[in-house]
Amino acid sequence: MLLDATILFQIAGIGIITALIHTVLKQVGKEDIAQFVSLVGFIIVLVIVIHHLADLFQQIKSVFLLKGF
Amino acid sequence: MDIVQIVLIGIVATLLHIILKDINPSFAFFIILITSILLLIIVIKQIGLIIQLLHSLGNKASVNSFYVETILKIIGIAYITELGSNITKDAGLSSVASKIELAGKIFILLLAIPIISAVVEVILNFIPASTAPF
Repeated sequence: MLLDATILFQIAGIGIITALIHTVLKQVGKEDIAQFVSLVGFIIVLVIVIHHLADLFQQIKSVFLLKGF
Repeated sequence: MDIVQIVLIGIVATLLHIILKDINPSFAFFIILITSILLLIIVIKQIGLIIQLLHSLGNKASVNSFYVETILKIIGIAYITELGSNITKDAGLSSVASKIELAGKIFILLLAIPIISAVVEVILNFIPASTAPF
């Protein structure tokens, strides 16, 4: 069974790259764009995580017969 | 060996969390969240097999399927509550975590109401009518 561990590295990669871009833009002097890049990275990772969370809750619901909750 | 893979996922997540903690704390929290989701998704598939065994055992013993389903719902609520409260506690919001736990306990009690009332009725049937209170 091959587990889907690539998502871990994906999120860590996005985090490191976002921090890098943030630092570079700060050094250049564009503070507002740096904040915007951080926000966009956050939202991308949030969408990925929410997708998986919904999948997990759906599976728990179907396994434990929780229909009305 | 699935267990080796699960432990390795945990260790890798720990290392990534240590790296990300200093550069980008919000992403470090996402690492925690996605790790617990991954591990629970792996485990929930195995739990499904155990639940099927419980169902077939209940059918063979001709237990009313209502009771088995209530127990399964209670276990499911416990799992979801545990996940939510642990993640909230990791993020530092322990008061919200205790509220989530409270809600889980209340819902479990709500599901158990029919069983409790059935037990009370059976006990009341044991008591003869002549010894009615007062």
